[in-house]
Amino acid sequence: MAGGNGKSINIKVKVWREGGDFGSGKFETYDLADIGTDMSFLEMFDVLNEKLVSQKKTPVAFEHDCREGICGTCSMVINGQPHGPMKGTTTCQLHMRSFKDGATIVVEPFRAKSFPVIRDLVVDRSSFDAIIQAGGYISVNTGQAQDGNAVPIEKDTSEKAFDAAACIGCGACVAACPNSAAMLFTSAKVSHLATLPQGEVEAKKRALAMVTQMDKEGFGFCSNIGACEAECPKEISIENIAKMNREYLGGVFGSEKTV
Amino acid sequence: MSDKLKSNIPDGPLATKWQEYRGKMPLVAPNNKRNIEIIVVGTGLAGASAASTLGELGYNVKCFTFHDSPRRAHSIAAQGGINAAKNYQNDGDSVYRLFYDTIKGGDYRSREANVHRLAEVSRDIIDQCVAQGVPFAREYGGLLANRSFGGVQVSRTFYARGQTGQQLLIGAYSSLSRQISRGSVKMYNRHEMLDLVKIDGKARGIITRNLLNGKIERHGAHCVIIATGGYGNVFYLSTNAMMSNVSAAWRTHRRGAFMANPCFTQIHPTCIPVSGDYQSKLTLMSESLRNDGRVWVPKKREDCGKNPLDIKEEDRDYYLERIYPAFGNLVPRDVASRAAKYVCDEGRGVGSTGLAVYLDFASAIMRYGREQANQKGMVNATEAEIKALGEKVVEGKYGNLFEMYEKITDDNPYKTPMRIYPAVHYTMGGIWVDYNLQTTVPGLFALGEANFSDHGANRLGASALMQGLADGYFVIPYTVGTFLANEIRTPKISTDSPEFEQAEADVKARINNVLGVNGDQSVESFHRRLGKIMWEYCGMSRNAEGLKKARKMIRELRDEFKKDVFVPGSNEEYNPELEKALRVADFMELGELMVCDALDRNESCGGHFREEYRTEEGEAARNDADYTYVAAWEFQGDDQDWILNKEELTFENVELKTRSYK
Repeated sequence: MAGGNGKSINIKVKVWREGGDFGSGKFETYDLADIGTDMSFLEMFDVLNEKLVSQKKTPVAFEHDCREGICGTCSMVINGQPHGPMKGTTTCQLHMRSFKDGATIVVEPFRAKSFPVIRDLVVDRSSFDAIIQAGGYISVNTGQAQDGNAVPIEKDTSEKAFDAAACIGCGACVAACPNSAAMLFTSAKVSHLATLPQGEVEAKKRALAMVTQMDKEGFGFCSNIGACEAECPKEISIENIAKMNREYLGGVFGSEKTV
Repeated sequence: MSDKLKSNIPDGPLATKWQEYRGKMPLVAPNNKRNIEIIVVGTGLAGASAASTLGELGYNVKCFTFHDSPRRAHSIAAQGGINAAKNYQNDGDSVYRLFYDTIKGGDYRSREANVHRLAEVSRDIIDQCVAQGVPFAREYGGLLANRSFGGVQVSRTFYARGQTGQQLLIGAYSSLSRQISRGSVKMYNRHEMLDLVKIDGKARGIITRNLLNGKIERHGAHCVIIATGGYGNVFYLSTNAMMSNVSAAWRTHRRGAFMANPCFTQIHPTCIPVSGDYQSKLTLMSESLRNDGRVWVPKKREDCGKNPLDIKEEDRDYYLERIYPAFGNLVPRDVASRAAKYVCDEGRGVGSTGLAVYLDFASAIMRYGREQANQKGMVNATEAEIKALGEKVVEGKYGNLFEMYEKITDDNPYKTPMRIYPAVHYTMGGIWVDYNLQTTVPGLFALGEANFSDHGANRLGASALMQGLADGYFVIPYTVGTFLANEIRTPKISTDSPEFEQAEADVKARINNVLGVNGDQSVESFHRRLGKIMWEYCGMSRNAEGLKKARKMIRELRDEFKKDVFVPGSNEEYNPELEKALRVADFMELGELMVCDALDRNESCGGHFREEYRTEEGEAARNDADYTYVAAWEFQGDDQDWILNKEELTFENVELKTRSYK
C-alpha cells in the first residue's frame, strides 16, 4: 500500500465514538495493518472508514474539507494535542510518518462547553461565527471604497495584520486551553482589523462587542497559560491577546459608546 | 443560434456597454426591496459577496451553505492572487489589455461583452477588498504590490502571501457576517440544496436537507442565485476540497438550466503526484515555481528508477525548453500539462508510479548563489558556499511552498528535485447564463465558477478570484433588478404549493432509493471508479473512440450503483455517507454529459485536446469555422439524449489567432 518513499506500519486507533449506537460516548479501538507512512492522518481515517463500511458498520464521523491546511474544518485531538504532534500543522497536513510501528493513537473531539459534540469527532463551532457577527468586520458597504492606494500602509504594519488574519477559525486554541477560552481566536480578529488604518475607526467598539459576545457564548477566561499559541496550526501569537485587552479597556473606559 | 438562448447583450460599443446599460437598467425601489426575498446558495467568493451586497441594498436574503460556517468555502484555498487592471505598475496595463488577455487565454471560446465587463469591474474589487481590511502585499512605500502570472506581459496580480483566496474570502465572510447581524441576511449553515422549485416556469425556491438531522425543508423566494462552485471532483482526484460537488448546479440543470461547455476542464501542471491507492486529494504547487524551476525527465527509460542526482546533465531531457524554446518552462498550463503526459506515456516518467516529472531548482540555486557571491565580493567562493547562498534566495521566494512539499512528500526540494504531475484544478464549463447572469430558467442566476461565462476553454491564473467577486459584488446586485423589477407585485412565495410538495417528494424518494439499495460496495469505491474513467478518457487528451467507450462505461457504473451501493445509517441523522452518495450519483450523470460534450467538439482548444485534431507538430488545432460556439446542453430526462443548443460567439473587437509558444 505504501508509495513514494514510505514504509508501512501497523497501528491501533482508539477513537471517541458518540451519538447513534454509541449514545453518550465511549472509546472504540480499531486495528489497522499496513498503513503507508506517506498517508495523511485523514487518509488513514478514510482507510478505517472504508473498512467499517465494508463490514456494514457506521463509519467514524469527522470533519474535513480542503485537506491543505487552510479551510479550518478538520479538528481532532490526537494523543492529547489538538491537530496532533507536529508544530504549525493541521490534522489534514499531518502524515503517518509521525507515528511509530505498533503505536496506539488516541483520537478525541475538540472538547469545550461552547463546542458541543455533534457526532463522534464532529463538534459545533458556530459560537465562532457569532463572535465575528458581533463585530469582526469593517463597516463598509460595497461601492463605498476609495482607491486602494489612497491610504499607504507601512509594509510591516500590513504584515503584522496579516499574521493575525492568518487564523483559520479551527478552534484548536479553545481545545488546547484548560479554561476553554476563545481569546486567541477573538483577539486575532480584533488585532488584524485594529492594526490597519481602515479598521482603527471602530477598533474599541469592535473589541467591546466581540469580547461581550465571547463571554455570552460561554467561553472561559484567559489565565496566560499560552497553550493556545503552542497548539495553533497557524502559529498565531498571544501578543494579539494583549492588543485586544488594550482595545477592550479603551472601549470600556475611553469611549462613551455602549454595546 | 438556438432561439432558446438569448444572451441579452446590450447594444453599443464594447467599452461603454456596461456603463450605459447600468444607467438604464430597471431598478427596484427601496420600499419594494423590503418585500422581496432572494435565496443565495453557496458562500464562497461569489455567494458571500452577492449575499452581503444584496443584504446591504435592502433585500431579504436567505443564504445557504453545507459547511458548518460560511468561512469554509473552497475559495479559501486559492493561493496565487487576483488580477485587476489597475496599472499601478505603469507597465501598460488597461481594461482592454486584461480583456484581451482573458479572451486569448480562453482560446476564443468566451463572450466578449461579459469578459470586458469583468475587466472593468476588476479595479473596484481591489478597492473594496482593501476597505474591508484585506492585508494585500505592499511595497516599502506603503502602496500595493503586484506580481506576474502566466500568459500575460504585465504585472497586475494582487496577492496576500500564498493565501490570497483565504484573505479575500475572510473579507467577504466578514461583510456577510455584518449583514447577518443586521438581520438582512438569514444564514442557514449545514443545509444542502437538493432541488430547485419552479412555479409557472420561474425559480421560486429550493429544497434543502439539514445535515445535522436529515430534515427536508422548503424555502421560498422571489428568485434563486446559485454560487456553488465547480465540479472538478467528478475526476475523484483533484485539487478541489473533498466536499466540492456539482449537485446544486446539476439539480438546476435537471429543472431546465442548460449546462454549457461542460468538457472544458483545467488541468494544472504543477501538483504533487499521486503516491498510493488511498490518495484522497491532490495538492497544488503554485504556478510561480515555474519561474525558477526547470522541468525534465531522463532521456533513457532505464534511468527513470535512478536517484536524479546521479543522472548526468547530458542524459536529461529538459523537454519544455527543447520543444518550446520561446516560452520554455513558462508555457501556459494546458501546454505544460500535456507535455508532461506525453513524456510519461513514453515510459520516461519518474517516481514510484512513473507518473511524475522533475521540477529542478539546482540551476536557479547556483545562479542566485553566484549573484550573491559576486555582490559580497567572494571571489574564491567554493561550490558549497555558492549553493548555500543560493538556497537562501530560493527560500525567500518559495520557502512556504518548499515546506509544504516537504511536509507531504518527506523529500527536501533544496537537495533533490521536486516531483510533480498535472491534476484537475478548475472547470471553465458550467451553467449557461446570459449577460445578466440569468440562466435559461427565469429567476435563476448562476455566479462564479458555477457559471460558464468568462474563461472560455482555458482560465488564466489569478482570474478565478476576480470573477467570483466581480459577479457577487458588482454585477448581480444590478442585474438581478432586470428580473425583480417585474416581481414587485408578487407576494411572498408560499411553500405550500403543489410544486413545493412535488419537489420535496422527489428529494425524499431519491434519498430512500439510495438508502434502500443496501448493496455491498461503498460510495467511495464508485466515485473512485468514475474518476478513473473520466481521467483516462476525458482528461488531458481525448479521442472519439475513447469517449464513446467512456459513455458506455459510465452508464454501466451508474446501473451498478443503483443495484449495489451500500449507504450505512438512516436519513434522520448526521450521515456524511448519505451526503456523498447523493453527490456521487449526480457526478455520474454529469460525467456522461461531459463525455457527450467532448465528443461533439471536433477540435482542440484550451483545456480540451482531441487527439484527432492537432497540427503536424502535435499542437492543438482549433476549428473556428465550425466550433466558435458555446455548447449549451438541455436536459431531456433520465436515459435520454441531451439536446444541444448553440450560442454562436461573435468577435467584433479581437481577431482570432492561433496561440503559439514555440
